[in-house]
Amino acid sequence: MTDEVLQIRDLRVYYHTPSGPVKAVDGIDFSLMRGERFGLVGESGSGKSTTAWAIMRMIKPPGVIESGTIRLGDTQLSRLSQPELRNVRLSEIAMVPQGAMNSLNPVMRVGDQILDGIRTHRNGSASRDLTERLKDLLSMVGLPPHVMNLYPHELSGGMKQRVCIAIAISLQPKVVIADEPTSALDVVVQRQIMQTLSNIQRRLGAAILLVGHDMGLMAKFVDRIGVMYGGKLVEVGSVRDIFLEPKHPYTQLLISSLPSLDAKGVLRGIPGTPPSLLTPPPGCVFHPRCPHVMPRCSIEVPDPRMAGAERWVACHLYT
Amino acid sequence: MTTLLEARNLSRVFGSGPKANVALDHFSLTVDANASSFIAIAGESGSGKTTLARLLLGFDRPTSGEVLYRGRDMWKMPSRDWWQFRHEVQAIFQDPFEVFNPFYKVDHVLSVPISKFRLARSKADARSQIENALLAVGLRPEETLGRYPHQLSGGQRQRLTVARALLLQPRLIIADEPVSMVDASLRATILESLRKLHTDFGISFLYITHDLPTAYQICSNIIVLYRGSVAEVGDVDLVIKTPRHPYSQLLISSIPEPDVETRWDDDETLPSRSDVTLAPTRGCRFADRCPAVMPMCRETIPPLYHVDEKRAAACFLYRDLPVLLPTGEATPEAVV
Repeated sequence: MTDEVLQIRDLRVYYHTPSGPVKAVDGIDFSLMRGERFGLVGESGSGKSTTAWAIMRMIKPPGVIESGTIRLGDTQLSRLSQPELRNVRLSEIAMVPQGAMNSLNPVMRVGDQILDGIRTHRNGSASRDLTERLKDLLSMVGLPPHVMNLYPHELSGGMKQRVCIAIAISLQPKVVIADEPTSALDVVVQRQIMQTLSNIQRRLGAAILLVGHDMGLMAKFVDRIGVMYGGKLVEVGSVRDIFLEPKHPYTQLLISSLPSLDAKGVLRGIPGTPPSLLTPPPGCVFHPRCPHVMPRCSIEVPDPRMAGAERWVACHLYT
Repeated sequence: MTTLLEARNLSRVFGSGPKANVALDHFSLTVDANASSFIAIAGESGSGKTTLARLLLGFDRPTSGEVLYRGRDMWKMPSRDWWQFRHEVQAIFQDPFEVFNPFYKVDHVLSVPISKFRLARSKADARSQIENALLAVGLRPEETLGRYPHQLSGGQRQRLTVARALLLQPRLIIADEPVSMVDASLRATILESLRKLHTDFGISFLYITHDLPTAYQICSNIIVLYRGSVAEVGDVDLVIKTPRHPYSQLLISSIPEPDVETRWDDDETLPSRSDVTLAPTRGCRFADRCPAVMPMCRETIPPLYHVDEKRAAACFLYRDLPVLLPTGEATPEAVV
């Protein structure tokens, strides 16, 4: 398909520990379309952040990308050397990591931090152009121009997060990965940040990969959702399909466990505990907690299967 | 009514001079000793909710006002009363990782209160009390005891801290963001076990949170704090379903509900900016962000107006209604 900007095939990322490999990401496939907002959800330890770092090719030892391909447009990210990657990062694909707002340099003015990346990638721009560019970027993320002369400690959390988004979009990348971009912020500020992200996304036409655990935020913001559990992608579908007609038992339980402002009732959690990725259960990783478990679930790993248009689910119930 | 714990005109100011930060401003609250209640204290970061929890637990001294435990000023009462206070009022904290000493097995956190407060007559009695407390929060004793904290998941650890609080058979549990660091799938389980303790054992709860949907699910009354002051207080259904204070309205409309029918529309007008530098103000603290701001809001602090039978809001929009309490004082009991 020509509209695919990012294609992930059979990605595996293992962390090698003295007790054996921890399979943080264990064979996942998905694609991002041009201008699409894709949400990658899962609990802590499900592998969603590792997937984001792997796409950026920034997995650090003892983590290793064991196999798989990551294709960005016509570029195979998985084959590039580190110097080649340096050119691609920020200009083609950028990331707002979790807690990014706390990683701004405290002794550098905000403007210089935003320009750092632009200068490195496009040396030779006249400084007057750069100031204009800077004002543009700040206004895109809803900040007044004078912010460029401030230091990070003079900004609120929401403003710092906007600065990080400005850095990420400074070279108009095709894909922006945002890893829990609002997890430390108030709901009101969170909504403003998400609206900023969607405005930018429409202006740049970039695809956004939103990584997070907040299903409510996903429902409000993304077009498609991929649900991760135990290092695997268990279900992919449009946001409507996932919420209105979840197929995988994990997705079903996850959605019914969300406290809402509608009906009051008994709060239902998912019994059991998340799997150990060091010694994952055999067969389907969810089978020890699954209400529909069948004998074959503890033997065979379910393959993702098509379950409707643009709909994938990895569960033996649907084979 | 016998009061178990009362906050009377409680203020806490950090720093001094022009840069002083008023974390909590003339806050009042009463928890009854006999009738059990489930009160949510909701607010964003910086609203003063954790400061309030620390003051109520006696971890921090108020700048002015007092915390009364069974009618006695906490900071003037003898150690014997403190001992009783530490027995009757328990805390559950946000981070289930920092509560445990990694060098001890998890049994330690359960056996210390038993020996300190001499709760058990024999070892077997202690063991059975521990097992009952674990079962009450949905943990299997044989899978939990004898383990080290790192061998348990975050959800299991948080349930252990609930079990520890339960062991002491408290009258009141102050839970400061007990589920914000727990995964979504386990959050509901823990909240359900809190609710069970409330219904089965009659324990009162102060549930401090920024998560309004969970507050709505388990609490009966709610106090919405904004920058140290009460914005709105009353019956949880009324406050959440038909908020009257402009801040509660903004807060509740910003909750990302897991509902795909109402998507956030990109073209929607942005709520007023909250990034503005929050300067000290003489009047209502929400005035800078308020869409309905009037000149008087910048001059005087609004008192709590009795908006309807079971709720009050501190906003001049309701100035024609009777005043419930003078500026800044709030007790949900006075409303409900």
